[in-house]
This record gives sequence, structure tokens and C-alpha cells, in this order.
Amino acid sequence: MRTSKSISEVIFDAANVILLCLLSIVTLYPFLYVLFASISTPAEFVQHRGILLWPKGFSLDSYRMVFENPNIIRSYLNTIFYVAVGTTLNILMTALGAYGLSRKNVMWKSTIMMLIVMTMFFDGGLIPKYLLMKNIGLLDTYWALIIPSAMTTWNLIIMRTAFQGVPDALEESARIDGANDWTILFRIIIPLSLPVIAVMVLFYGVWHWNKWFDALIYLRDRNLFPLQLILREILIQNDTNSMMTSVGGGDRMPVGETIKYATIMVATLPILFLYPFLQKYFVKGVMIGAIKE
Amino acid sequence: MQLKEETNRVVIRNKPDSFKIRVAKDFRRNSMIYLMLLPVVAFYAVFHYGPLYGLQIAFKNFSAGLGIWHSPWVGFQHFSDFFNGFFFERVVSNTIILGAYDLIFVFPASIVLALLLNEVRHRVFKRTVQSITYIPHFISVVVVVGMLVDFLSVDGLINQLVTYFGGKPISFMRLPEWFRTIYTSSAIWQGIGWGSIIYLAAISNIDPSLYEAAKVDGAGRWKQMLQITLPGILPTVIILLILRIGSFMALQDEKILIMYNPVIYETADVIGTYVYRKGILEASYSFSAAVGMFNSLINFILLIGANYLSKRFTDTKLW
Repeated sequence: MRTSKSISEVIFDAANVILLCLLSIVTLYPFLYVLFASISTPAEFVQHRGILLWPKGFSLDSYRMVFENPNIIRSYLNTIFYVAVGTTLNILMTALGAYGLSRKNVMWKSTIMMLIVMTMFFDGGLIPKYLLMKNIGLLDTYWALIIPSAMTTWNLIIMRTAFQGVPDALEESARIDGANDWTILFRIIIPLSLPVIAVMVLFYGVWHWNKWFDALIYLRDRNLFPLQLILREILIQNDTNSMMTSVGGGDRMPVGETIKYATIMVATLPILFLYPFLQKYFVKGVMIGAIKE
Repeated sequence: MQLKEETNRVVIRNKPDSFKIRVAKDFRRNSMIYLMLLPVVAFYAVFHYGPLYGLQIAFKNFSAGLGIWHSPWVGFQHFSDFFNGFFFERVVSNTIILGAYDLIFVFPASIVLALLLNEVRHRVFKRTVQSITYIPHFISVVVVVGMLVDFLSVDGLINQLVTYFGGKPISFMRLPEWFRTIYTSSAIWQGIGWGSIIYLAAISNIDPSLYEAAKVDGAGRWKQMLQITLPGILPTVIILLILRIGSFMALQDEKILIMYNPVIYETADVIGTYVYRKGILEASYSFSAAVGMFNSLINFILLIGANYLSKRFTDTKLW
């Protein structure tokens, strides 16, 4: 391998590394800026112009104020509820579906699978879905964010592919020992598919954590709002208001500024913390899905 | 179990069971599996096929009192209202333009990133870049747009830099001519890393001996990339391209919905956001169901068309 590189190759490599470094900086810097701003002293931060390479002073006041905001606390707890209950239901439903649709000698398996996959390309659209929710009485309940999101077809395909990969011999020897389908699913298939289950927990969990549009159309009661909907009010709607009234004025409240950054951090940190632990699994999960495609 | 199936098969060979008997046998053997599938099937029936049933209101004048079934038919009334309406041209052309930007800029970005990552020899560096570029995929649209709004506001980070270099602050989020650029470049930021995973997987499946042979023939890295790596992942690219074309008109409507404001409707209002305003905010259920259906139909036609063309001119197809 130690052959001398040609000059063009050296240039190619250098340009490549520089380009990828730039991309990484562009990806990462917004988060760093938000982090630095959120722990800066509000008054010092407002004075500052341009790129932040370090927090301006140090203060956790913004975080304290975020956690004193009753809207945020309430919606944070709601989101935790949606994530916990929603993801549990997701894993259960997806596992049941993936198991049944990956067994051999099930007559209606392919028909059911086809009908399910077809829904990826067809759907009734926003309004019929809204009317359905209205008709079955799910509007303005906690269930509005959980039941219609009970599973996704894409994740079903991923889990089904993983279940198909479990050797048949294990299932057959369990059957000889008198195991039924429940036992096989929960004692053999799931324990052998833990990496994929971890990926599913990550995908579904993040999905519930980040979801806001369902809440926007299905919920009126503020007590049910998830965090993202409250975030939208704080980050986007307030800002457009203040932009309209004080263009060029620049007289925004100092703490108001840093509170926004602290809110972003509080809403994003759980995901960023979870990310390194699950990262080694999810690439595998995506690949499994890709093979089947 | 093995034995039982063997005998079953022998019986089948001797005297084929009628359909009814096969159904009954299958149901007896797999009753527990069907019981497990029941909630899944019920879920799809209600929440995926239910709305398809409700789609008939696109051809009716829906009134809540009469319900979906009893509301009176009006044929293609709502479709023609939409085609002749004041906003038709605006929302359709905005949707097509943003869809095209997505296809031209966002779609290839992940392919380019995968090709570049593949050329990196230093494993740790490669893995670090990968880990970093995947992160935005997990960040909520609300936070992404929240950061956009903040950085691009009149006295936000970007304008601070603009004024530092002597420029005049630009009110990015309130100028129609900036919307498409912001939407598209932030879509690249969100998806470039995540999208590259699938291409990297495809690259890792390329036969290494092809590269050896190319090296013997004196092909440099650049040539190897264009003549081996790129053709090697072409089937994957085509499949994803077909899927992308099949959702050409399905933009990130939710993202647009929180990005836009009436001042920039002229470039930012698309079919998806129009359906939301008409349907949810103004409660014109039938009309907006028709508009939404028009959009899905175009997507579906595009999907079939793209798959047909691909079957015709390459070996790759979705079905």
C-alpha cells in the first residue's frame, strides 16, 4: 500500500477531507451556537454580534426560566407520556404483525402484506383522516396522538425482514417442545432480534418525540399539547410577531433571547443523549430495510 | 410437525383440497397467528383504508349532519372549482418548482456524500463525519425551523455577519425570493447524511476485484469512482429515484406550514398547505379533499410512469 501517491491523488484527498470537514462544521455549528447562547449571561449575549466560539459569561438563568414555565412543564410531561405509551404500543403491534407476516405456511400472509404495502402509495389524505378521527371520537383526547400512530409500514417491513432471518430450526425445535406462537415470538424471536428492536425503539421514540402536526389538527385542549406544539409557539410564532413589530429596532428582551435557546436545548437534549448509544444499531436497521426494498 | 406436513402434502398430491377446505385447514393450523394479526389488520382497515372510504366526499357536498354516505353527489364540481380557482396556478407551480429543486439538489446530495465518504481512507474520520451528518435527521422540524427563523431574522446570526462584512440586513423569512433557497438548502442539511447510508451500503456490496482490475488497467481514483462505484450503486439510485418521483408533489408540507407566512405565500404556498388552510382552518372539507386527491393522483401517476420508464430502459424496477 505504500506506493507513492500521484499529485492529483493528494489534491483529491485533501479537497475531499476539507469538504467533509466543512459539511461537519455546517451540521454541528448551529447546535453549538444554540448551546453556547443558552448558557451565556443574557445581558452579555445580547451585546454580542456574529459567531460565538464560547459562551458569553455563564448563567443557567434561562434554563431556570424554562423550567418555571408551566406550559413547557405540562407539555414536556405530555410528550413523555406520548413517547412511552406510543412506543410501547408500536413495538407490540409491529412485532405481532412482523411475526405473523414472516411465518411460513400462512395462507393469507402475502395478501395481507400486499394490502399493507399498498397503503404506502395510496392514502386518503388529510381531510378524510381528520373526519375519521372526528367520527370515531378521538379528537381532543390523548389517544389522538397514539392510536392512529400505532405502527408504520416501513418499520413493519424492517422488523419482518429481521424476523425472517431467525433460523427456522429454532422455531421447529421449540414447537416439538410444545411451544405455541406466543411463546415462540416472546421467548425466541424477540430475544434473538434485540438489535432490531432497539432500532425500532429509537425510530418510533424519536418519531413520537418530534411529532407535532397530528397534535395541531387533532387537539384543541392546551392541556393535551405535546412539547413540539408549545415549542412552535415560543420559537416561531413569537418571533414572527416580534419581527413584525420591531424590525430594525433590535430591542428584544435579553432574557427572552436566551430562553429560546435554552428551550431548544431542553427539547433536543434527550435525543442527543440517546443518539450515541443507539447509533451502532440504527445503521444496521436501515440496511435491513434497504435489502428488502 | 414435520411429519404431519409431509402427510398433508401427500394428501394434497393425491386429491387436491377444495379452496374452502384449504382455508379451513389453514385457519385451524394458524388460528393463533391470525389472532395476532387481527389488531394489525384492524389498524390498517380503520386508519389506512377508512380514509380511502372517506375520500368519496371529494365528489360530494359533505355536510356533517348527513354524514359521508348520505351527503349528496356533485361529481367533479370541486375539482373544476379548484382548476378554475384563483389559487390553482400559484399552488401547483410552487409545488412543482419545489419538487424539482428537491429532485435536482437534495436527491443527488446524498449520493455525492456517499461517494466522497467512500474515498476516505481514514476510518475514524469517516465514521465521525457519518455520525455528525446523521444527527439532523433526528431533530424535529419545529426545532430546525426554529433555528432557521432565529439565525435568519433581521438581527440574527446571519445578518450580523452580513452587516459585519458591510452588507445590508436582509429579512430572509419575509422575502418571497428567498423561500425556495432556504427550504431546499435546509432540506439538504436535514437529509444529506441519513440519505447516504443506503448508498454506502450499496457501495460496500460492490465486488472488490473490480477495483483491482481497474488499478491494473491504470485507472486513478477519480476514474474508479466514476466507472466502478457509480455504476455499482446505479440500481439503488434508480430505485430511490423512482420512489422520489412517486412523491414528487409530496413535499415537507409540515415544514412549509411552520416556515411560511402570508407575506411569502406567493412562492411558499403549495398544494399541501392549501389543503390544510382550506380544510382544517376553513372547514371546506369536500373541496380540500378533492385538492388533496388531485395531488395524490399525480404522485401515483408519476410513480407508475417512472417505474415503467425504468423497466423499459434499465433492468431496475420497483415491481
